[in-house]
Amino acid sequence: MGSILSGVEAASLVRSLPGVDAVGLEARAAGLATRSIKKESKAEAIDLAIGMIDLTTLEGADTPGKVRSLCAKAVRPDGDAPSTAAICVYGAQVATAKAALAGSGVKVASVATGFPAGQVPLEIRLADTESAVREGADEIDMVINRGAFLAGDLERVYHEIKAVKAAAGDARLKVILETGELVTYDNVRRASFLAMHAGADFIKTSTGKVGVNATLPVTLLMMQAVRDFRAETGVQVGVKPAGGIRNTKDAIKYLVTVNEILGDDWLSAHWFRFGASSLLNDLLMQRQKLKTGHYSGPDYVTVD
Amino acid sequence: MSKHIDPVRTEPVRLRVKKTYKLYVGGKFPRSESGRSYPVTTPDGAELANAALASRKDVRDAVAAARKAQKPWAGQTAYLRGQILYRAAEMLEGRAGQYAEELSDATGAELHAALGTVEQAIDRLVHYAGWTDKVAAVLGGANPVAGPYFNHTTPEPLGVVAVVAPGADPLLGLVEAIAPAIATGNTVVVATSESMPLPALSFGEVLATSDLPGGVVNLLSGKTSELAPTLASHADVNGLDLSGVHDSDLATELEAAAAETLKVVRRPGRSGDSLDLLRQWIEYKTVWHPAGMAATAGGGY
Amino acid sequence: MFDYAPAPESVRPDIKEHYGLFIGGEFTDAADGAVFKSVNPSNEEVLFTVAEAGEADVAAAVAAARQAHETVWGPMSGAERGKYLFRIARLLQEKAREFAVAETLDNGKPIKETRDFDVPTAAQHFFYHAGWADKLSYAGVGANPKSLGVIGQVIPWNFPLLMLSWKIAPALACGNTVVLKPAETTPLTALMFAELCQEADLPPGVVNILPGAGAAGAAVVNSPVDKVAFTGSTAVGRAIAGAVAGSKKKVTLELGGKAANIVFDDAPIDQAVEGIVNGIFFNQGHVCCAGSRLLVQESIADEVLARLKDRIATLRVGDPLDKNTDVGAINSAEQLARITALTEAGEGEGAEVWQPSCDLPETGFWFRPTIFTGVQQSMRIAKEEIFGPVLSVLTFRTPDEAIAKANNTPYGLSAGVWTEKGSKILWAAQRLRAGVVWANTFNQFDAASPFGGLKESGYGREGGRQGLEAYLDV
Repeated sequence: MGSILSGVEAASLVRSLPGVDAVGLEARAAGLATRSIKKESKAEAIDLAIGMIDLTTLEGADTPGKVRSLCAKAVRPDGDAPSTAAICVYGAQVATAKAALAGSGVKVASVATGFPAGQVPLEIRLADTESAVREGADEIDMVINRGAFLAGDLERVYHEIKAVKAAAGDARLKVILETGELVTYDNVRRASFLAMHAGADFIKTSTGKVGVNATLPVTLLMMQAVRDFRAETGVQVGVKPAGGIRNTKDAIKYLVTVNEILGDDWLSAHWFRFGASSLLNDLLMQRQKLKTGHYSGPDYVTVD
Repeated sequence: MSKHIDPVRTEPVRLRVKKTYKLYVGGKFPRSESGRSYPVTTPDGAELANAALASRKDVRDAVAAARKAQKPWAGQTAYLRGQILYRAAEMLEGRAGQYAEELSDATGAELHAALGTVEQAIDRLVHYAGWTDKVAAVLGGANPVAGPYFNHTTPEPLGVVAVVAPGADPLLGLVEAIAPAIATGNTVVVATSESMPLPALSFGEVLATSDLPGGVVNLLSGKTSELAPTLASHADVNGLDLSGVHDSDLATELEAAAAETLKVVRRPGRSGDSLDLLRQWIEYKTVWHPAGMAATAGGGY
Repeated sequence: MFDYAPAPESVRPDIKEHYGLFIGGEFTDAADGAVFKSVNPSNEEVLFTVAEAGEADVAAAVAAARQAHETVWGPMSGAERGKYLFRIARLLQEKAREFAVAETLDNGKPIKETRDFDVPTAAQHFFYHAGWADKLSYAGVGANPKSLGVIGQVIPWNFPLLMLSWKIAPALACGNTVVLKPAETTPLTALMFAELCQEADLPPGVVNILPGAGAAGAAVVNSPVDKVAFTGSTAVGRAIAGAVAGSKKKVTLELGGKAANIVFDDAPIDQAVEGIVNGIFFNQGHVCCAGSRLLVQESIADEVLARLKDRIATLRVGDPLDKNTDVGAINSAEQLARITALTEAGEGEGAEVWQPSCDLPETGFWFRPTIFTGVQQSMRIAKEEIFGPVLSVLTFRTPDEAIAKANNTPYGLSAGVWTEKGSKILWAAQRLRAGVVWANTFNQFDAASPFGGLKESGYGREGGRQGLEAYLDV
């Protein structure tokens, strides 16, 4: 549920947000990244991270077979490791995934709204969304209209998110800001608030399809935004960094950041996700290392 | 000295109007707060005039005037400060003859030598007039720090500088002390030469007609032994110029008094070129600011 | 839910049971045999014993330094001097972790800071000044500047190795030799530095290290050195300025502060909160330029304070050797007593105190991060340097009022300004009476950037071209 604002009000509100100092933000992120997580904390963090993954395949070459394989991995990644939070696929693969995951508790997230560019007419983006929901998607990962945003038409961005939210119905809506295209931190902060006011259940950094995807500073900034939004409105919104998080060390930096910026309230798969694919195997190898005491290798985890 | 009686004629010519030598404080020419004055003579004892005998309270008033004038003076453009110093040189040039005479009377120097000294003083003013808008470029600058910051250092005036003027060099020594201090935006309070105060007090008239804001230079005639310790211990004075003090015990005592409020002290006998003199009364201010903007440019973690 | 397991730094430097004075390139005991102990402030355990310098030792060190200046270091070419300094910088980098751990053990500050700040910045100071040694004629102090001779240096306990580097690197680059007295509570890294000078084959007598207390410092000041450089309290600085009066000794002083950190209503709030935290809790607030007075615009004071308290609650106070510790131990029982006394005075004068509910270790010297609100300009906690993790919060209504309050102190070392408006930053930076102004950042230091104060915060600069002025005879 977003706040009840008109598009004009929401646009004006986000334009008047305090600015972000890039160097200060990055210094804070760098400070958080120095946390040293060892032994039992590391074991806990690894399992927590596995359970927060939206295990993702978003390729033109995705087939039902590939998706079923990924679903099996999501449910039972390795031995007693926890299941991932969700798998994340294109709308065309939702039905396959839904069937493969039936009864597992692993959610199906579908990208929609003309992912990744979103440069298709709104009706088609809405139809894309409705179709995914009909096919059984539990979660919709939409993209915002970066073109409209960069052109200054914040009202349009706001109204489109509201429309997708309505089309998504009961599915949880993750709003992808595509921070690599918004470029500045000030833009990311504005887009975060715009999405939350429009009803986002999650704000998500990236599609994974552009040059710069999730970074720790940009995710930190979005965490500060959801923290402030809850303080103002009482509404809690989740955060999903996606793209570029490939190893355990990085994942733990994000968890440390959730821990220190947002605290316990966000430290669950309901409120924090990693959009990732190769991250899972690195977490599993680290997990094996903690159990066996020696380093693992790629032949000891499954390719998908 | 000019003669009062024409040697040929028997009737007296008109009575000469003598100048009352008063202090120069806050742009005005007040008498001493105490109302006292003291006789000033030539080196061979001939009476010249009475000069105001400044008291501790005059020091207090002069420091207050200097403090009040300091921020606005430092806030002027360096270009304007330069023009005003140049204007002072122009004023002194126009009255060089008068100053040569006064200097000759005060020091006993030959008139042509005194004129040479006045001309040197004029040239020093011109020299410092040209420094005002270059000091920051020569002494300050950008610092290449190892991080995403714009880092810049600029010289800033120390504030209020107290000057114990050279006792035996009442005009050029005074100008050499004052000009580098005010060029960078300091204001000064001067204890003028005790035995030869008149050229300094007259120099106040040059300053007063040079568009120099009142209070930038304050000139106090009187006993060095009374004025200097009061200046040295005054908590609202930032710098103390002892270069004119020849009594080393007094200089030590004044430096120790200045230590109580951590004033910057220029010791007796310290010479240097003009940049050293300018540097004596400045402090460096360094400003840092992050230089970074785009999410993709910072390099993050 | 997500607790961090202890992450202690595992490297242990080779700390000897006993250290001598370092005079003329050799370690030697004090002439009168005096010895004192150095204690780990985080657990009160004795780390080692060390000789305590007396007047005879100071005289011997100054003589050694004088001889080294006249026979070796003074005549040496700048390029060769520079190579020694480069070598020292490299050795410091090679032994960085050992120095970091040693500093943390002796000082109580977190390993995170010694590892990421103190030691690398100290190495940078040597590297930076090494490059000046053969370029002094371009330093803007005349065509052929000369060294001053022997420099007496007295440094504080808050950044022991870094302050040593700020003192020794420029002095040596300019061709001087030094007699340095480290602080009584933190001699370890200075003594390890003496060992490093031996390893670097630095000519004997160029660097002399004399551990001791106030009396040893006074002996250095009063010895026949050519210049005194001091970093420490304003009270001692005042005494030094008085002691050198009438002498030929030059002096530079880097003294106390009570910096204002001004947060305008258009500040980048989250970064400002970080800057406030960094400004006062960095190094347990044992920082002369700490942002100990927060001046926040009244219209956003409640919001800033709420965020600040949330942030402070996440600070990890405890074992300085744990890599996740943000706030370490107070350096000494004496300093802890002073911080305690001043905070009690703050409560007594009616300011409201707030501290997070963090656990503190049972042994050692500890003080919780502390905020005072409702502070008035006239209170002691707003005027006196506390030199601890204690922030006094004041409010202002207009920019002019902020500047007036910020400048309303006999100190003038540093200041902070937070606003997204560039013209306001320049406006404020021009008016703040401080030697260093941090705009939208705080507590940044660099060898290339001059640091030092105005008014009762002392005179002279360290770092940058300007820092060389203090060590050259122009």
